[in-house]
Amino acid sequence: MAFGAFGGTATAVAEPAVRKRSKVALILLLPGILYLALFFLAPLVSLVLTSFQAPVEFGDIGQYQTAFKWENYTTVISTYGEHIIRSFVFALVATILALLFSFPLAYFIGVTLRRFPLVQALALTLVIAPFFISFLLRTLAWKQLLSDEGWIVTSLSSLQLLPPGTHLTGTAFSVIFGLTYNFIPFMTLPIYTSLEKLDLRYVEAGGDLYASPASTFFRVTVPLAAPGIVSGMLLTFIPAAGDYINASRDFLGSTDTAMIGNVIEANFLVLQNYPAAAALSLVLMAAILILVSIYVKKSGTEDLI
Amino acid sequence: MSTVTRFIGRYAIWLYSALAFIFLLVPIVYTIVYSFNDSRRSNIVWRGFTLDNWTHLCDAQGVCQAFGNSIFVGLTATLLATVLGTMIAIALVRYRFRFRTATTLLLFLPMATPEVVLGAGLAAEFLTAGIQKGALTVILAHTMFCVSFVVVTVRARVASLDPALEEAGRDLYASPSQVFVRVTLPLLMPGIIAAALLSFALSFDDFIITNFNSGAFVTFPKFVYTAAARGIPAEANVIASAVFFVAIIFVVASQLTTAARAKRLAREG
Repeated sequence: MAFGAFGGTATAVAEPAVRKRSKVALILLLPGILYLALFFLAPLVSLVLTSFQAPVEFGDIGQYQTAFKWENYTTVISTYGEHIIRSFVFALVATILALLFSFPLAYFIGVTLRRFPLVQALALTLVIAPFFISFLLRTLAWKQLLSDEGWIVTSLSSLQLLPPGTHLTGTAFSVIFGLTYNFIPFMTLPIYTSLEKLDLRYVEAGGDLYASPASTFFRVTVPLAAPGIVSGMLLTFIPAAGDYINASRDFLGSTDTAMIGNVIEANFLVLQNYPAAAALSLVLMAAILILVSIYVKKSGTEDLI
Repeated sequence: MSTVTRFIGRYAIWLYSALAFIFLLVPIVYTIVYSFNDSRRSNIVWRGFTLDNWTHLCDAQGVCQAFGNSIFVGLTATLLATVLGTMIAIALVRYRFRFRTATTLLLFLPMATPEVVLGAGLAAEFLTAGIQKGALTVILAHTMFCVSFVVVTVRARVASLDPALEEAGRDLYASPSQVFVRVTLPLLMPGIIAAALLSFALSFDDFIITNFNSGAFVTFPKFVYTAAARGIPAEANVIASAVFFVAIIFVVASQLTTAARAKRLAREG
């Protein structure tokens, strides 16, 4: 399971005596399964039903009745197509940037620091440290740091690296920057888990067989880290595509950078256009499921999930 | 040539990693530093050092209320999710049953679904069912997304449990419930505690699902979101910084004890 990468220590000591079906298993499973049926599956069904609803005739804003108005889907796709595409482009760019950032860091922690277990543990703590400070506040911190008065913009302008009058916040740059920063730990941890187990003798063998360092890296190290890379890309891409904090106007975005999450939030909580919000949510979920299954198939790691 | 490149290669990764760690820590340091800012209205411009925000934490309208709500929701959802998730984890490892694959898929899907979809789905359900949004709906929502993470965490622990220990308990005439309470549960405890901490952290910092299902009920992240439009009070930075320090101390302390135990075992072994 891709997400098992977070659990870390999935080492089975001995295959325990597996018992056949019994009442005990049923008692153990039933409450949790019922709970998920009620608060995970039923909401999805309710999204499907809501997505086909039509406004009540002569009703107030936010009043809808059961219908089979599948035009809701064509309407949201034509109205918000731009937002949908932007979400996936932003999420993809952020995922690739997070991968480029994380791989050397994960290699450093998992391989270079191997001889110092305590330092290695502390370095891992530094990677997950952003999780311990509020998601919203750390994003706001970047907003202040990247603002026109912040030291980043002022020093880059004085070095003439930025043309005068350039804004960093409220642009595609700052939104992708925020998405990348916020999801880096989701990328670094699974890659670390793969690299930590990397047997360096394989890398040495590559060198012994006259492979250049680059071809050893791409033909030995990267394939051995593949499970971590796949997990990390999924763990980054999925939440990034649905995120609406980074792209929000009050955080790193502007109206020009609105992503699908912002549109769903606005339709549901502000405009009370529940059918549109529901249809968009299902479009997002379907698109993610399709992209993820293609990616998992292509990368040949189906047994991960 | 190769020794030179190897030398550069070795130190390049140290330098890169040092810079990467600094980058990861920048907004954390910023948030902590600005918790000491003598800001009267907006906490954007540095106006000098003060401890007032820390000593008069609850002066800012609604901060402490929101913080208390988040703690309450976090504890309740953690308790529910840990109990439900641990039961499922034991069943998944120890029993073979029909629909086992379907169960695994049902547990995996909530983790692979974007939060905005989970949030909108629950909100649509509560709307259809006519349930008033508030503390209860937030707790129900948080418990839902925590269950899967509890199962993943505890399942690893159940799988690594040596069945011989439970057999020894049965050999010594312990009843099945005695074996469970006095052998199985204590052995699973580290996994259960880790799962509970993860649940609490996920619940405490959740904004997206909460925003869809909270109505007028304000949690700490929701307070920050609402305040973002008009300027965050420094007291919010104080709470975030305090939570950060508690979490970091906790993690580092547990790592140090693990390291010490490993060393002791290595010496004795």
